[in-house]
Order: sequence, then C-alpha cells, then structure tokens
Amino acid sequence: MEFKLSKEQEMMQKMAKEFADKEIAPLSQEIDKTHKFPIELARKMGTLGLMGMMVEPAMGGAGCDTVCYTIAIEELARASAAVAIIASVNNSLVCYPLQKNATEDQKKSYLPDLASGKKLGSFGLTEPGAGTDAGSQATVAVKKDNEYILNGTKIFITNATNADTFIIFAMTDKAKGPKGISAFIVEKTFPGFSIGTVEELMGIRGSGQAELVMDNCRVPAGNLLGAEGAGFGIAMATLDSGRIGVAAQAVGIAQAALEECQRYAMEREQFGKPIGKFQAIQWMVADMATEIEAARLLVRKAAYAKDTQKRFSAEAAMAKLYASEMCMRVTVKAVQIHGGYGYTKDYLVERLIRDAKITEIYEGTSEVQRMVISGGLLK
Amino acid sequence: MDIICLMKQVPDTTDVKIDPKTGTLIREGVPSIINPEDKNAIEAALVLKEKHGGKIVCISMGPPQAEDALREAYAMGVDECVLLCDRAFAGADTLATSYALAMAIKAVGKYDIIISGRQAIDGDTAQIGPQIAEWLKMPQITYARTLEVKDNKAHVERLLEDGFEVVEAPLPCLVTCVKEMNKPRYPTVSRILKACKELKIPFWNAQQINAEKSRIGLDGSATGVKRTFAPEPKGLGKMLTGKTEDVVKQLVKHLENDNIINR
Amino acid sequence: MAELKWKPENCAQCGECVGACPYGALEIVGDKVIIKTTCTACGACVDSCASDCLEIIGAEKKVAGAGEHKNVWVFAEQRDGKLSKVAIQLLGCAHGLAKELNQQVGAILIGHNITKLAQELIHRGANIVYVFDDPKVAQYSTGPYAKVICELITKERPNIVLYGATTIGRDLAPRIARRLNLGLTADCTELTIDKETRFLLQTRPAFGGNVMATIMSPTTRPQMSTVRPGIMKELEADPNKTGEVEKVKVDIKEEDMLVKILQVVKEAKKIANLDEARIIVSGGRGVGSADGFKVIRELAETLGGEVGGSRVAVEKGWISQDHQVGQTGKTVRPDLYIACGISGSIQHRAGMQSSKCIVAINKNPDAMIFKVAHYGIVGDLHDVVPALTEAIKAAGLSKKQ
Repeated sequence: MEFKLSKEQEMMQKMAKEFADKEIAPLSQEIDKTHKFPIELARKMGTLGLMGMMVEPAMGGAGCDTVCYTIAIEELARASAAVAIIASVNNSLVCYPLQKNATEDQKKSYLPDLASGKKLGSFGLTEPGAGTDAGSQATVAVKKDNEYILNGTKIFITNATNADTFIIFAMTDKAKGPKGISAFIVEKTFPGFSIGTVEELMGIRGSGQAELVMDNCRVPAGNLLGAEGAGFGIAMATLDSGRIGVAAQAVGIAQAALEECQRYAMEREQFGKPIGKFQAIQWMVADMATEIEAARLLVRKAAYAKDTQKRFSAEAAMAKLYASEMCMRVTVKAVQIHGGYGYTKDYLVERLIRDAKITEIYEGTSEVQRMVISGGLLK
Repeated sequence: MDIICLMKQVPDTTDVKIDPKTGTLIREGVPSIINPEDKNAIEAALVLKEKHGGKIVCISMGPPQAEDALREAYAMGVDECVLLCDRAFAGADTLATSYALAMAIKAVGKYDIIISGRQAIDGDTAQIGPQIAEWLKMPQITYARTLEVKDNKAHVERLLEDGFEVVEAPLPCLVTCVKEMNKPRYPTVSRILKACKELKIPFWNAQQINAEKSRIGLDGSATGVKRTFAPEPKGLGKMLTGKTEDVVKQLVKHLENDNIINR
Repeated sequence: MAELKWKPENCAQCGECVGACPYGALEIVGDKVIIKTTCTACGACVDSCASDCLEIIGAEKKVAGAGEHKNVWVFAEQRDGKLSKVAIQLLGCAHGLAKELNQQVGAILIGHNITKLAQELIHRGANIVYVFDDPKVAQYSTGPYAKVICELITKERPNIVLYGATTIGRDLAPRIARRLNLGLTADCTELTIDKETRFLLQTRPAFGGNVMATIMSPTTRPQMSTVRPGIMKELEADPNKTGEVEKVKVDIKEEDMLVKILQVVKEAKKIANLDEARIIVSGGRGVGSADGFKVIRELAETLGGEVGGSRVAVEKGWISQDHQVGQTGKTVRPDLYIACGISGSIQHRAGMQSSKCIVAINKNPDAMIFKVAHYGIVGDLHDVVPALTEAIKAAGLSKKQ
C-alpha cells in the first residue's frame, strides 16, 4: 500500500494549485461579495480540462482517475468553495452520469462540450417537497408522440443560472414510486424551460444556485437518459460519486482556514508575543491540522474505492460525513483564533465559515450519510 | 517551423530564505520550478507553432530531477524533450554550459529559431543565450518582449531602459524573452496524463552530443566561485533622531548604502 | 575532471560545509558526509571547513600569459551621442583598480560622430581612449560592436574589461566572452583586487539576491565583468587631465551586421500593478486630506516609485482603491516601502511587511508600524516628507524626469 502521490497526481496538484492561487484566489472575495457567477473562470477551467477530468479521451476528457480529481477539487476549493463546486457539479453530477448511462449518440452530443467547458452542466433532482426524501418527486414527465412533456420545479440547483445542459429527474410512472423516476437530458433552450428565483445564499455565493421551472417543457424522447424508471438508481449512483467531490471541497476549505490561522497566529501579538506562542492556540491548530489530514485520507480512499471497486457508497459517505463536519469545526475554530478580526469581512475566515456549512447539507445531508453507512453495517 | 526551446529547472528563489543563525540559504521545502522567463519562452514557442505549424523541442541541462520540469513543458504543449545529463557537465559556468547546450542543439539538427528566457533566477547572468548564439554563429535578439516571424525573419520589440526598439533578424536566430512578453499557459489535464504515461525523455551525455571534454564542466569553465555569503542583514528598527533636516539626510545615506536607492 | 572529495579522518560532522554549499549538495548521514549529484565542485565548502576535510581534486590550470595583459578597460557606452551614467561610474571604479595594479585605464568608444566624447572620458579618468567612429555603428548592434571590441582586445591585451550591466552591456559582453573564450561575471556590485593573486575579485548577487557570490577568472585574460549601474562612484570631472585618443580601424562587413534596427521608440515605463513597483510611498490617516497626498506623490515621483494608501485613506476618498495596500487591498513586496502617517494595524501590515526595506514616518512614537520598520522617524509627515524629498534631490538621487 503506497501513500505517495503518483507523478501525474503531483503534476495535477501543482497545476491546480498554481491556477487556484493565481487565477481564482484574487477574485474569490469579489465573487462572494457580488454573488456574480464567475463564467470566465469556468471557461478557463474548461480549456485546461478541469471541467471534465474523468471523461474518456474519445469524448474530449482527460480520462484521469478519481484520486487526481479530488486533488484538483481540493486545490480549487482552497481558493474558492464556490468555484470548486461549480467544477465538481460539472464533473461529478453531469459528466459522470452521462459517461455511465448515456447512449453513444447522447455522449457525442453532450460530453465534448461539457468536458471542454464550452457548455456548463447542472443536476436537477431537489424539489421544494423532495430534499432528503428525493424519491418523492413531484415533477412529472408524460410521453407524447416523440417527446416527453415535463412539468414541475427544482430548487437550489447549482450552476443553474449559467448552465446549458441539465440532468433532470421526473416521474414517468407515479404508481411505481421511486422506481417510476426517469432521468432526462434537458437543454436550456428547450421550449417550456426557464430559470426561476435565483437564491441569495449564506455561502458558496456565486455558484449560480437557482430554481428550474418546467412548464410543459418539451424534451425529445431521444433525451431520455437510461431506461424509463432507472432515474432514481442513476441519481443515487451519481450522488455517491458527487459526494466525493464535496468531501474534497470541504478539505480544501478547511485547509484554507488552517493556513489563514498559521499566518495570523504568528502576526497577531498580545501580551508581548504572537498568539501562536500560547498553548491554547497551538493546540487548536494541532487539532485542526490532524482532522484535515484524516479527512484528506478518507477522501483519497473513497476516490480509490470508486476507481477499483464495484460498490463505494460506504467509503464515499464516510468521507463526505467526516470531511464536512470537520470543515465546520475547523472553520469555527479559525474564526475564534482570529478573534474580533475574524468576525469582519476583512478576513477570509469570515467567508470560510459561511462556505463550510453547506458541505454538511448538500449532496446528501450528514443524516443521510449516516443512514448510508449504518445501512451497510446493520443488516 | 522547427523551434527549439531552452529551459532550466531552478529553485523558486522568491521562497528562498536565509537562516538567521548560519547566514546560509534554507533550501528545505523550496520547490523546483521551470525558470519563469523560460516559461515565457515556451509560451512564445507555442504561439509561433499555433500560427505557423511545426514542432517544438525543449532542451534542458541538469540533474535527473530536471526531468520533472521537462514533463511540465510537455504538459504545456511542447512536442519533444531532451535532458542533457552527465556528471561531466557539473561545475560548468556559462561558457561551458552554453557550449554543451549549443552542441545539443547541433545534435537535434533541425531548427529555424531558438528561444530561451533572458535569465535564470538562480544564476541571474543572462549570458547563456548570447553565448549559444555566438557558438552557433547566428544573430541574437535579447530582451524580446514581442516575437513574430514574417518572411523568414524574426521580428521583435526589444526592451530598452527608456523604451524599446523594433528589430529584425534573418532565421535561424536566437531570441531571449523577458517576462513582459506573455502570460504562460497552464498545463492541461490531458497533457499532464500524457506527460506521465506516454512521454519518453532521452538523457543525453557528453559523448552523445560530441562534446569535447576540455570544454565542458569544470574544465571548460573560465570562472569559478571563490566564496558565497549572505548579504548584510538590515538592522531592524533603527530609529533616526534629531532635527528634521539631519534626520532625512541620515535616512538618504542609509538607503544609499543599503543599495535601495542609487544613481 | 574536477571532483569534490571528503576525507573522514578529521571530520567532526560540524555541518559547516552543509551550510556553506549554495546547491544543497552536502548532507551528514550518521558519521559520513554525503556528496550528492547536485555538487558542482565550486569549492565553497572547502573554504568553510576548519579541519581540512574537503578538497577539490582535478587538473590545475595555469594562468596563461597573465603577465602580458595590462590595463583596466571600460566599455564607454553611449546612446544618441551622450555617454551613459554607468560608463562614467565605471571609469571611477577602473581608476581604483588600475591604481592597485599599477596599470592604466582605457576606454572603448564606439559610435558615429562621437569622437568628441573622448575628452570627457579622459576628464573622468581614462588614460587612453580607443575610438571607432563609423556610420555603420551609429546605433548599437551586437555584431559590429562585438567585432570591434574583439579585435581591439586581441591586439592590445587588456587585463580587465568592464561593461555596464545594461541592455547593451548584457547583450554584448557574453558574445565577446564566447568568441574569445573568456570568463565573464554578470551584474557585479563590488570589484576588488585580491591581495595575493592580484586577480579581480568580482562580487555579485545570485539566487534572486538572497546570496552574494565572489567570482574569479583565474585562467583567462582579460577578466571581464558587467557591472550594475548606480553602484560605482564616478570621479569628479577634471578638465586638466590629459590622455591619448587612438583611432581604431576595423573592417565592418555586411555579414557582420546580423540584426537590423527598424525603429527606436522612447517610452515611459508604465507600472501596471502596484505589486510590480520597486518603490512605494504610502499615506494613511496622518495625511489628513486628498490634498495632503500631494507631498506623498511628490516623494514617490522623486524616487521613481508608486503611491500607495492604507484602507483609511481609500475609504475617506483621498486616494483611489487600486492604490490600497493591506488585507483587503494589495499585498506588495517592494524594495522600499515608506509608510507615512500609517499606524500599522495588522490589516495594513499584512499587505506590506515582506517589503525589503520599510521606512515609517509617524507622529506617534508608539505606532505599531515602528515594529516592522527598518528605519523609523517620529515626526509630522507634512514636515518630514517634503524634507526627505529635498534631501534626495540635493544628493543627486532624484529620478524625476
């Protein structure tokens, strides 16, 4: 068993880190302040191949492994959680289900543009009445001639404001419950499709979260993703993959918080010396660093499991659960270490704590993760 | 177009610090990078290739770990890489290094233009480019901040202290770039994978480039380091006191002595 | 081939050699000193070892014809018929070196209609001026200039040749060094004559200025250096000094003119970002008003630097946001940061504390800024800053156009 990064993982990390430090970090506070979607950054990431890292080369991706992917997401998140989730959604929640479930024609039509960043993707599962209870889909899809007519709304959809391609889930057979859910590839130009309310968020501001409105939205039958009724399975498998990305994002946010504290603790002097010389602060920093490293290892193990095992739900859930709760603990400590200054918008930790919270909620709340983990252990 | 890029792997000197106790460089944890102005050179080569088609060969001289820097150059888009690696090259000053690189260029054989950065951030000499150009008996254009090729000529805006000059030289010629020339692109994910999975980087030794032993390494060097030392650390927190006219004069003297301001 | 060898007999593993190595090539493992492949046999460690445990073994080269090379020369760079400042400074330096060596000072003057400048060079310290006056060399170009100087060096055999480390000097000198197989040291900040060997000791910064190296060219003559402008002190012009002017004859052919100059454009250097400025003069609460920034600007212009401001100054509208330095502004690392009327809150310090040299001017002797300043002046910036501007002008250091 080796803990060393391979040459390509090292090179990925170097590239992602440089890109994050030079291109993303200088803009991160502005993005948070204005809540404006950083579309130029998304395109730049696209040209470097960061929006479809794991997509097969034949479809315009790089075909890299999941460990590489999590390394890249962690570095992006270190600079901006919002930018990281934009990339993560595109990679894990859009490219991945297409890669796994689309027909050759569908792949050819959508993957190359999504992988290159020419087009942006979004994942529409959550509804006003279907969050953790994702199976209670109210959006319906009725087959009519060579089309499906979709009616319903989705909320809290990341990338929605700027996306071109949406994976939308809808009921094709209400009687079958979750087994009656189907997945569709919906383009924003399809008649009857529109973006509704744009959310004002506490954190990951600028990630384009908005409502999707389908009002007799006409989707060609050829855009059914997978078989009718296979939608819920596709959603769950996709979320298994997506939560590894979120876990990596959480590690990145926490790492940024730690680095801020390392700097601040040696600059801020009280009682005649840097506060970093006091044991109270030293122990806080030690705990933060240890937890981050533990979470990072869980993330990499989950990524490795996804690449090498048939089932990786437990590993993914553990990584997401631990990393997100750790991220919240670490960012809270980080604000504490910064004292009053950490409560002002001058300091990054004020934003990091706001960005951290969502990692415990989206792509499966911590409660859901606990359900998944215990479900596999207590049968 | 056949383009040759010259590149050096260097320690990131912006991160380098002096150990206050020993007065020497702290090298631990200092990352190795592609010399920044060589990255500008690689970018310039990529732009030329995009416009005129052709091939870019990137040559570097260094220890085996310099391979990583060449992989990065490949991941940026160069087509082939060569590492000049031989114990016999060690201890070389710019005369011996430029000779070895010139012989390597001759061994590559085909080239229309040679591009390198103006200077490396560790040696800071800016001598390699012109010395290679002399050995190969070709025109040199240094301090290039723009580079175009038209009618088989290199067309360059050459930076001067108080402006710039527009110059032209027939190909083949050697151009050294300054950082103002361009913003180097990042490696892409797919090229990174290719660089690690597919790219084979040949290591060339002195024999393979027909280098005369007496012209390489320490034997081929005309300069030698007598000693290295840390620059005088600045006194921290010197309060200047007295009448305003005197105090400002003191300050000016200090700043001049510290080489912060000069004529 | 020269190689570093370690002798274990007297070694106490003190580690001095490890510290002295500029390439990190030595490591102490247990009771052994390991020499890594990054060793360049530079010999810095040999000097550092008090117990003689290290030596460079390899062929010792004899200094060829050292006795036959005489005199210290300066390439007297001129542009548009005007001698560059560095040429005059180098004559001052050459004068000192020549005195040590009991030799003469020569100057090389190349250009068109520039023969009249020879007298100025003599007044500034040259004993002999070699002039090549020809329309073909009206503007600097590598090919013809290198040819003239190479032929001159081969004929006259100087001991030392100095060039300014300018866009001309750093383009020209290496070409000459390669053609004549000479040692050349770049961007020197100090030149002295070694007491024993009488060699030129050339000291210059390396590793981005983090390390100083003293270099020698023991086996090749002349010894050549490019010298950083603004370091050496020129001699006062003495109109009574006399010297020789020798006209040089060199045949410049078409094939020597390698590069064609199409156009020369004079352009003021525009700093795009505050982070690229070498010098920043910054104002804070103590400035008091937008008008108050006039003295800050004046000082900045005199130093050839940029203007910065603290958050307070920006919020009060005294200066625009792109000048803001600090936690919510820019992080800068100039060679010189002058903080005027800035208290030095932690937010501001975060943006400038890595500056090479920090000067603080503040009325309050307890201001936090003095904790990070290299030089501090307690006083009203409205008195101190204009006085400082005047002192710089009086010392002849003004960079104002």
